[in-house]
Amino acid sequence: MSDRLAVLKTYKLYVGGKFPRSESGRTYRVQDSNVAKASRKDARDAVVAARAAFGGWAGATAYLRGQILYRVAEMLEGRRDQFAALGSSPEDVDAAVDRLVWYAGWTDKISQVRGGANPVAGPYFNISAPEPTGIVAIVAPSSSPLLGLVSVIAPVIATGNVAIVLADEASPLAAVTLAEVLATSDLPGGVVNILTGSAAEVAPWLASHLDVNAIDLTGVADPALAADLEIAAAQNLKRVLRPSSPDWTADPGLGRMTTFLETKTVWHPKGT
Amino acid sequence: MFEYAPAPESASIVDIKPSYGLFIDGQFVDGSGAFKTINPATEEPLAEVALADAGDVDKAVAAARKAFKKWSKLPGKERGKYLFRIARILQERSRELAVLESIDNGKPIKESRDVDLPLVAAHFFYYAGWADKLGYAGFGPDPKPIGVAGQVIPWNFPLLMLAWKIAPALACGNTVVLKPAETTPLTALLFAEICQQADLPPGVVNIVTGAGETGSALVNHPGVDKVAFTGSTEVGRMIARSVAGTNKKVTLELGGKAANIIFEDAPIDQAVEGIVNGIFFNQGHVCCAGSRLLVQESVAEEVLDSLKRRMATLRVGDPLDKNTDIGAINSAEQLSRIRALAEIGESEADRWSPPCELPAKGFWFAPTVFTGVTQAHRIAQEEIFGPVLSVLTFRTPAEAVEKANNTPYGLSAGVWTEKGSRILKIADKLRAGVVWANTFNKFDPTSPFGGYKESGYGREGGRHGLEAYLNV
Repeated sequence: MSDRLAVLKTYKLYVGGKFPRSESGRTYRVQDSNVAKASRKDARDAVVAARAAFGGWAGATAYLRGQILYRVAEMLEGRRDQFAALGSSPEDVDAAVDRLVWYAGWTDKISQVRGGANPVAGPYFNISAPEPTGIVAIVAPSSSPLLGLVSVIAPVIATGNVAIVLADEASPLAAVTLAEVLATSDLPGGVVNILTGSAAEVAPWLASHLDVNAIDLTGVADPALAADLEIAAAQNLKRVLRPSSPDWTADPGLGRMTTFLETKTVWHPKGT
Repeated sequence: MFEYAPAPESASIVDIKPSYGLFIDGQFVDGSGAFKTINPATEEPLAEVALADAGDVDKAVAAARKAFKKWSKLPGKERGKYLFRIARILQERSRELAVLESIDNGKPIKESRDVDLPLVAAHFFYYAGWADKLGYAGFGPDPKPIGVAGQVIPWNFPLLMLAWKIAPALACGNTVVLKPAETTPLTALLFAEICQQADLPPGVVNIVTGAGETGSALVNHPGVDKVAFTGSTEVGRMIARSVAGTNKKVTLELGGKAANIIFEDAPIDQAVEGIVNGIFFNQGHVCCAGSRLLVQESVAEEVLDSLKRRMATLRVGDPLDKNTDIGAINSAEQLSRIRALAEIGESEADRWSPPCELPAKGFWFAPTVFTGVTQAHRIAQEEIFGPVLSVLTFRTPAEAVEKANNTPYGLSAGVWTEKGSRILKIADKLRAGVVWANTFNKFDPTSPFGGYKESGYGREGGRHGLEAYLNV
């Protein structure tokens, strides 16, 4: 044992590719650390950062998005010990890395699986393709802090959406550490924004924010809060993924990607 | 302008009954009250229609629930044959249905005859073929129906919206309770007769008539597993709120304020036809209508001159006259809404209509164009749902895209240019569910339709349209 005094980490938010403290100056004590407690203003700042990132990320080639998601997997693989120290089982870390690889491969395949040519009864070229919905607010699940978190973020960004994630209140350290992984993976700032603190406090501001396009309520345990968030989301017809407790080790299917995809259909005459 | 002699389609092909009941469990039954539906071109009452209250809706949902047990277990091949049968009867009786649609809705017979009815039959034919192929649709090897679908449809394309709702629902093994709009119930009730003719098992299709309260009772009924709504964004919001915290699946097809973008290199004559079709088709009672014309500054004058010339040839009048281009506004209520927004427009921008004699009786609105419109004007932001076009200009493609996307809606858009790469780039950047390039207002059963943003969610039509009715 050395006598050296360890340098402790300050756990902050991840917004627009940077690690700011909460503008409110608030922290809360959890997992033996002082963690930033995000406010309404932090949520709004995250929306601004996410909107600024959306055009570039949605417009990036699917190949590039796949490369970057794969890079996230590589970076996560290299930080296995950190996540183990924060309480993730080795199996969870393995599964989280594998999940990122799985979604990395989907970026340039989902359009072919979900889109295609439509044989209309007339002289028209007609094609449908999926496009990202926009800004997706995610209430992260409390089960499997790393695997659950990766499993809700990766499908959203794989298809070109940008995310604002409310980390699980009781286990935020894995989320902030994942932010460090994301920040070193060539993921453009603002594509994923992570807020720590109270989801019950911050989620309503995101659910009612008119520049947020969709909300994933997976981690909302209180049915009354979930219903309130869904009601708030109706104001601008947000796409809503209702609460659930998935088995994160099972095949995730396509649902987490397709819920946050729009279908665009383009017509053009042939021969005139 | 050519003189046209009147060429009225005979109304004798359709036999409108003095009164209609609700269609529940395969039978026409009394409702809890009655209301009248009128001919919007003459204001004459057409028939008395039963009004369904919450109790009637409950009976219809119970009938649908009972029928679901057998219908969902029926082999897809057999379900499909019922739908093929319905498609054929629709084709056989299409003239009768077209005339009835024009009488109850006010739309020109040439549209109900040549657009609505062919699409209605084609839609049933298309989804009939899916019924025994659902395992190949990309939603898993054995996708299951959801259950009872509560469906609420608008008055602008009464029978076509019915087809968009009922055909995929039944093909996937669901049963339905459908509420047509209170101003246009008659073709849905004739469709109920067609279900009887086709020997469709009782309860698979139920039709309840009434206004907002009936729709609300249906949407909020705990026995409804799936809600499908086409109509205003305001009602769509209410529905999204009312299903919060439930397990109901929802699809919403709501309002729009589509930009129709004309670049300077566009074929102007074709583009003008597209503009006219985009905003004056079906009196502009079209959620995806091209109600905002975005024209590049360098050709704005030429396009507007040509557009005004073309508008002066539009014939407004008797919906049953085969020469009519623009029929009657569907209701007094809608007419007053159009008038109110047009008056607001007049205080904001320059109003123009061609000389146009409107019939003395009935609900009419002359084709109207507003120039000098800016993005802040209400007629550039709000859905008018009438034959009213707002014209804005732009200089660069980036500005066109910016303006096109600058509404809360995202249903459709048009782009006119001879440059292929520009079409693809602009189409990519438009936040809208349907983009018509060098064409407008084209529909097909194989082609998915639905909006981005506040124009709703879910798709109708095509393989995509199955998802709304499968438990996936």
